[in-house]
Amino acid sequence: MMWSWFKRRNSAPVARERLQILLAHERSTLGRSNLVSVLQDEILAVISRHVFVDPDAVQVKMDRGAKISTLEIEIEIPNMVGPPLAMTY
Amino acid sequence: MANVVVVTSGKGGVGKTTTTAALGTALAQSGQTVAVVDFDVGLRNLDLVMGAERRVVFDLINVVQGAAKLQQALIRDKRVETLWLLPASQTRDKDALTDEGVARVIDELRQRFDWVLCDSPAGIERGAQLAMRHADAAVIVTNPEVSSVRDSDRIIGLLDAKTERAERGERIAKHILVTRFDPARASRGEMLGIADIVEILSLPLLGIIPESQEVLRASNLGTPVVLSDPASAPARAYTEAARRLEGEDLEIVIPAEKRGLFTKLFGRRAA
Ligand SMILES: Nc1ncnc2c1ncn2[C@@H]1O[C@H](COP(=O)(O)OP(=O)(O)O)[C@@H](O)[C@H]1O
Ligand SMILES: [Mg+2]
Repeated sequence: MMWSWFKRRNSAPVARERLQILLAHERSTLGRSNLVSVLQDEILAVISRHVFVDPDAVQVKMDRGAKISTLEIEIEIPNMVGPPLAMTY
Repeated sequence: MANVVVVTSGKGGVGKTTTTAALGTALAQSGQTVAVVDFDVGLRNLDLVMGAERRVVFDLINVVQGAAKLQQALIRDKRVETLWLLPASQTRDKDALTDEGVARVIDELRQRFDWVLCDSPAGIERGAQLAMRHADAAVIVTNPEVSSVRDSDRIIGLLDAKTERAERGERIAKHILVTRFDPARASRGEMLGIADIVEILSLPLLGIIPESQEVLRASNLGTPVVLSDPASAPARAYTEAARRLEGEDLEIVIPAEKRGLFTKLFGRRAA
């Protein structure tokens, strides 16, 4: 009884999981196919959780070779490290 | 030289027009010159939300086609003197907007204003792509709901592929603005939380606008919410979002998800 009430209410985690699976698929097939800018956004998001960084301070470069490609990631972090982001949800 | 910002979402009815009016007004209130441009040709609404519907003489299409000069079409706000509206046409169809014409108009606006805010039509087709084409930054309006988050993700893909900046290999600053957020429903697990949205879209948050009756009242009055009731929760949230858009480092407080407990995260320097 309690459980069915709980299940009915708590639909957000289901939404979140469905979205993550769907978007992973959609990003690989359409739309967000620009790997470099996706990486740039995601790296920036992760770093910003801990230090303040200028959005332009994250440089992602892709060099395509015949057999392998290299990904060069350069992140400038200020020496005066800002307060860590208290991401407690 | 203006900062050109597109307010976009993919999905309709999420709050783009409300946001364009509120952010534009908030930016202009700090003395900067702002043009809000309605790209929703055929379904124009920005003039209504701004309370300027009876003052429309010429519109974006007239200017794009060269039938009117930009200064003839721009409508100056009666309350905030640095705020201007370039309305969309109600009747003509969106194919009347040519790529070259839009480029020329945006270029002209760029010379004259500090900020140019483009209110995008819904969808991911030509109209939405024209609205984002020349943007330096994007505000992606997202509701805490699966279809809206999915559409935001599609729009982010377009911003990274179809904008002038993307084509030049430059970065376009992208910000998520969560609107119509209901803290009570989010805390009960009925609605995606802010952390979920930020994590899924991997973009910095510009602000969180709560679901509020005041927004409806403001649009009934034709007065952007930051003017109709500046002390209201959505007005304050929009004013703060505008300051973050200007680059200010303002902490974002998630509207109380649990009573008495404020969850905090810090906003990153925007743009
Ligand atoms: N924060 C909010 N609280 C309550 N209603 C809102 C809020 N934001 C937008 N709305 C309402 O949602 C509807 C759609 O908003 P609108 O700005 O026209 O969306 P869009 O331009 O994305 O289609 C309008 O009726 C508007 O008043
Ligand atoms: Mg609209």
